[in-house]
Amino acid sequence: MSLPRRLSDIRDEFLELEGEDRLQLLLEFAGELPELPERLKSDPGMTERVDECQAPVFIALDLDAEGVHMYASAPREAPTTRGFASILVQGIEGLTAEELRDVPADYPQMLGLNELVSPLRVRGMTGMLGRAKRQIALKSAA
Amino acid sequence: MAVTTDTAARFGQFAHPERLVSTEWLAEHLGDPGLVVVESDEDVLLYETGHIEGAVKIDWHTELNDPVTRDYLDGEGFAELLSRKGITRESTIVFYGDKSNWWAAYALWVFTLFGHSDVRLLDGGRAKWAAEGRELTTEKPSIERSDYPVIERDDQSVRAFKDDVLAHLGNPLIDVRSPEEFSGERTTAPAYPEEGALRGGHIPSAQNVPWGKAAAEDGTFRSREELEAIYLDGAGLKPDDSVIAYCRIGERSSHTWFVLTHLLGLEGVRNYDGSWTEWGSAVRVPIVKGSEPGAVPGR
Repeated sequence: MSLPRRLSDIRDEFLELEGEDRLQLLLEFAGELPELPERLKSDPGMTERVDECQAPVFIALDLDAEGVHMYASAPREAPTTRGFASILVQGIEGLTAEELRDVPADYPQMLGLNELVSPLRVRGMTGMLGRAKRQIALKSAA
Repeated sequence: MAVTTDTAARFGQFAHPERLVSTEWLAEHLGDPGLVVVESDEDVLLYETGHIEGAVKIDWHTELNDPVTRDYLDGEGFAELLSRKGITRESTIVFYGDKSNWWAAYALWVFTLFGHSDVRLLDGGRAKWAAEGRELTTEKPSIERSDYPVIERDDQSVRAFKDDVLAHLGNPLIDVRSPEEFSGERTTAPAYPEEGALRGGHIPSAQNVPWGKAAAEDGTFRSREELEAIYLDGAGLKPDDSVIAYCRIGERSSHTWFVLTHLLGLEGVRNYDGSWTEWGSAVRVPIVKGSEPGAVPGR
């Protein structure tokens, strides 16, 4: 099963760096997380809470002719969670429902963050990816 | 102690007022010789977004835990870590962090396992410092490596293991998790696995006092009177009780350990760091479900 281009590029970006620099890259991703669109901000029912994350993070997914779009919000005080969300938002943008389904569930383990960030924290990103896949599976089945 | 204590009047009510410093005090004493400020957060990157000038970061996941065994660093690992952070055995350490000092209290507790004597918390933590408009910087502190001695960890005085808890049954236990975790009802959405423990509920006879009750809205500790109402009147603890506190992995209960030990002055309070992730998966240990503490099983 091949990794979609954008996700594999992100993985390579992380793996090219070491130690502190890898954490800095995650922090850069955190800074790039776009705001939720207004229509989602005003309707909290449109977003799903990711319980696997320690910080409150909400995600929403759309599927249209251009593919998958993911939106996420997490507090400023939770940069790691924002970074994880941002990686997925950028990484799965425009995928087809099938491509997203086939993204390996352990993609978060491939970024070389387990030792730097801890496996327990990385689990939060795994939860986010699982929920994103599930939302799109439900939407594409509908 | 190498550095003066904060004599702020509102700390005088506590059993060990020297364990707290105010944001005002810290702002005045930053840079004092012998003082090391340590930030410890839930989020591993929060420090990088801005920290108190000169503060060093200690992350519980990646630095205080043994990477293989579920345990803390040993004496050599601790000596290496603290030497790298420029901390000496004589340093006065002020811990602060996010979430009402939840993780800062955890780091303080781990330092206590190694008998580091002068450990204090910044009352109100990171949030109060930031809310007061005090400076946070992204500039890395220049650290001069120190030579921290190898100290054997003391796992008896303030730490409890599963067998200690079994032997302790009949004495007070404080479960500091949320009411939903205490009662054992599922909190995760359907179709998602419950991770971390195989069973829900609590240790028989434990009183449920969520850790956050000890903190006021601004993240500072509640007054002694309020704390006594919560823990003595409410949970029925007595000043000479031997108490074990626990949560999910021992972090939130470090906060409660700090409150009971340093603010209320109970002696012999231990933190069960195995907590629910161990107890809830252990074979044949007694468990009670529901919101009542339940009875101690006969032996």
